[in-house]
Amino acid sequence: MKQTPRYVLAASGLLGFLLVWEAIARSGWIEVHLLPPPSSLPSSLLSEIQAGYWQSMVVASLRHYAAGFVLGSLLGVSLGVSVALFPRVEASQAWLARVFRPIPPLAWIPFAIIWFGITETAAAFIISIGIFWINYFTAMAAVQAVDKDLIEVARAFGHRSFLALLRKVILPGAAPGILSGLRAGLGQGWMTVVAAELFGIAGIGQRMIEASGLLASEVVVLYMFSIALLYGASDYVFVHIQSRILAWQR
Amino acid sequence: MATVIHTQDLAVSFDGQTPVFAGLNIAIEEGEFVTVVGVSGAGKSTLLRVIADLIPPFRGSVKVDAPRVDPTRRQIAMVFQAANLMPWRRVADNITLGLEGIDVSDTVKRERVTRTLALVGLDDYGDRWPHQLSGGQRQRIGIARALAVEPDILLMDEPFGALDAITRTGLQDELLRIWQETRKSILFVTHDIEEAVYLGDRVLLLGDTPARIVNEYPVAIDRSARRESEAFVRRVDEVRSGLQDAITAAAATP
Repeated sequence: MKQTPRYVLAASGLLGFLLVWEAIARSGWIEVHLLPPPSSLPSSLLSEIQAGYWQSMVVASLRHYAAGFVLGSLLGVSLGVSVALFPRVEASQAWLARVFRPIPPLAWIPFAIIWFGITETAAAFIISIGIFWINYFTAMAAVQAVDKDLIEVARAFGHRSFLALLRKVILPGAAPGILSGLRAGLGQGWMTVVAAELFGIAGIGQRMIEASGLLASEVVVLYMFSIALLYGASDYVFVHIQSRILAWQR
Repeated sequence: MATVIHTQDLAVSFDGQTPVFAGLNIAIEEGEFVTVVGVSGAGKSTLLRVIADLIPPFRGSVKVDAPRVDPTRRQIAMVFQAANLMPWRRVADNITLGLEGIDVSDTVKRERVTRTLALVGLDDYGDRWPHQLSGGQRQRIGIARALAVEPDILLMDEPFGALDAITRTGLQDELLRIWQETRKSILFVTHDIEEAVYLGDRVLLLGDTPARIVNEYPVAIDRSARRESEAFVRRVDEVRSGLQDAITAAAATP
């Protein structure tokens, strides 16, 4: 028997799902605004694009996302690395992290509004929080896991200063872990984008709430898939960059 | 001949109280190949590390005298039991690790890479990643990395300990060839008595608690015929029974 290629199975799974969905949506069992058929999506995409909504909402969300990603990642990685390097810092953050870590990003929405108002900064702030924690802990673990023998080798070959060891061993050694933290943050960021925009900051989330208020549920579905697409694209690009940086791994 | 390594009343301690070894007096002559065997836990690796200034002495001193001072070289280089190559550096960049931070031009770096790769018999391997090499090849690159700084002194910490017997024998002969070509002073730690007798001009036996040199065996057998000679077998037995006594003594100490 010939083996079916994997992508054929993957594609038929997705296609089958869409067909079942279409069939149920058209059967009349369920009201159309409760479950819009997938065939309504292309025309709704077209009208959103023609009205200029889709582009501007996607761009706005990308802006919050990018700002939150950069902010959360930079702070998370640099603090995580320092904590791993300095035992005193590690000890002093132990309870702090335990207190603040469990607070979900969305619980910061009230303070985001109090501090920054209904602004893009507020959205970026909320998005950055989840990304921060992911990177903080993965960067810390990645640095702690760096092979101590390699540090000894570097010292034996004359690299004795802290900066030299950081540059020659610790950061390259922690790079795989740090990069996988960044990648996890990339996904975590999209999860909070929509929520961060629900309270009136222009973006995909705001448009979805508007549409659901008008019972234009096919528009809601359209933006749900737009998020999936944006996440898929950003992850694809990231994995590409990652595999270039980590070409030395098998 | 000049003494290149001289330890005087040397002691090392990890907890600041109990010494791993104490009152160690060792002298290594220029160009000499000295091997060290001993009871496990006697601090063989520690001895190399204190000579390489990776850990500080607790008492006493280490004096390292290298015959020449040249900014493109380092006095001491070390070969580790696990080759410990940096996996994110290609082979050539691993070899130049010790040349970074000293006064060496890129041209000289490339020359040293080419020369040391040839010396360890891996001429075309400069562009590979460490994970593409076998254990024995990695160990050779570890040796090349040490030779690239053109050290006067080579410290070797069970460099062939993790290799299979055939690879190990091959590398032993290769090391002897390199030593004869480059005339480094070598201090070589091993737990393999035959290896110690085969390679060394003399064998130091580390034993007792805290450890000291309990015995010293000059080998003085022609190297070209060493592995088959009767004298070799006798010397191996001698060292083995010496080590056995040291182990028994260590077990008797409360």
